[in-house]
Amino acid sequence: MMSKVTVIDYGSSNLLNVVRALEHCGAEVLLADQPKAIIEADRLILPGVGAFADGMASLKNKELIEPLKSFCQKGNPFLGICLGMQMMLDASDEFGHHQGLGLISGKVVPIPSQGINGEPHKIPHIGWNELQRPRPRENWDGTLFAGLNTGDPMYFVHSFMAVPEDDSRRLADCEYNGRTICAALQYQNMTGCQFHPEKSGKLGLSIIYNFLQLK
Amino acid sequence: MSNIRLIPRLDIKGPNLVKGIHLEGLRVMGDPQEFAVGYYEDGADELIYMDIVASLYGRNNLTDIVKRTVQNVFIPLTVGGGIRSTHDVEQILRSGADKVAINTAAINNPDLIHQVSQRFGSQCMVLSIEAKQQSPGQWEAYTDNGRERTGKDVLEWAREGVELGAGEILLTSIDREGTRKGFDIELVKAVSESVPVPVIASGGMGQSQDMVDVVQSGKADAVAMADVLHYRRMKIQDIRQAALDSHLHVRKP
Repeated sequence: MMSKVTVIDYGSSNLLNVVRALEHCGAEVLLADQPKAIIEADRLILPGVGAFADGMASLKNKELIEPLKSFCQKGNPFLGICLGMQMMLDASDEFGHHQGLGLISGKVVPIPSQGINGEPHKIPHIGWNELQRPRPRENWDGTLFAGLNTGDPMYFVHSFMAVPEDDSRRLADCEYNGRTICAALQYQNMTGCQFHPEKSGKLGLSIIYNFLQLK
Repeated sequence: MSNIRLIPRLDIKGPNLVKGIHLEGLRVMGDPQEFAVGYYEDGADELIYMDIVASLYGRNNLTDIVKRTVQNVFIPLTVGGGIRSTHDVEQILRSGADKVAINTAAINNPDLIHQVSQRFGSQCMVLSIEAKQQSPGQWEAYTDNGRERTGKDVLEWAREGVELGAGEILLTSIDREGTRKGFDIELVKAVSESVPVPVIASGGMGQSQDMVDVVQSGKADAVAMADVLHYRRMKIQDIRQAALDSHLHVRKP
């Protein structure tokens, strides 16, 4: 049977790319911009690119913030991608201070403008970077990253990064000139990917496929 | 360190993949879709589609090709050529592109860079610069595939573009484009050191060593390549291996 997945339609420009990847993995995709459809979803994805404040403002204007929180409390699978992941945190410092969804404790801060050696590096962080498994995590069994290995590359495009309060929420990290960047978060039924699984080739699609198998 | 990206560049005219020299004298290569899927399967890091006659005729016909391509290609796709407004950008992104590359319209109206980056994010605003050397250490920006002068100094224009919100620069050397004589390393280095955003070097790739040189000496963050791939003189896997052999950071196969 086809897995049903609901994708939140709040004006994000990568919406259709996420939809195509889901369909490629065999999902039946429903787009939702109404509270009811979100609360009643089987599985929910929050995509997103662009600025944090704009993303939160769009969710607020469509009155989707409370429904989204209610969905997550149900315990059904939830996935945030890129900005969708960053909005899972309490707040962001991007162009001012802005409140997030507060699904995972922590905040969003700029990627340090210099590498660990003090030399400036390119921002945004664009390109393929390798996943690392944060200690003390011993494996990715039972997570969306099941089947992936340390060193598997994913496609990143971002200037800000998530810093969860509790390090055990870190599902994966990557390293940018010696700076540790949170690549993915996971807490209970909720996962967030800073990178774009829908643009990370076959390994990225395996994460989406795993998401569709969750119940 | 972020991995150096290897990016096939597909210049498109009408329904066809084409290839020229100095962006002129075009030869039809085939269906861009077939090439794109092949490059995805071979492990390309991203793809660039460039409608090379669009701005001449003031039109944009890439949306259908983009729509077909993204059904089977799950890596980032940058699309350029004839994009004149935020409305055009929206159409292209809606078709499935991840980023847009803008040259002529940005020269005519630099504020378009600001508008696009504000509305869609600077990560999808790629400033395309066609550079032609005027004297040692000096390059002028051109439009319309190297036909029209703009009077703008490339380094100044690159800095201005980034200040307006460009998140990446696609830097094409008209002098080297299609010649297989190697990249204009001085140009790439000068631009890369002038701006804080990634620079994609384009124009001149003839062999793997050219790619190594433009990364090591030119400080390119990404390398675009066209006829070396389109004529099947090399595969992406070979180029990636050459990069690894030279200890460049590229995505592991």
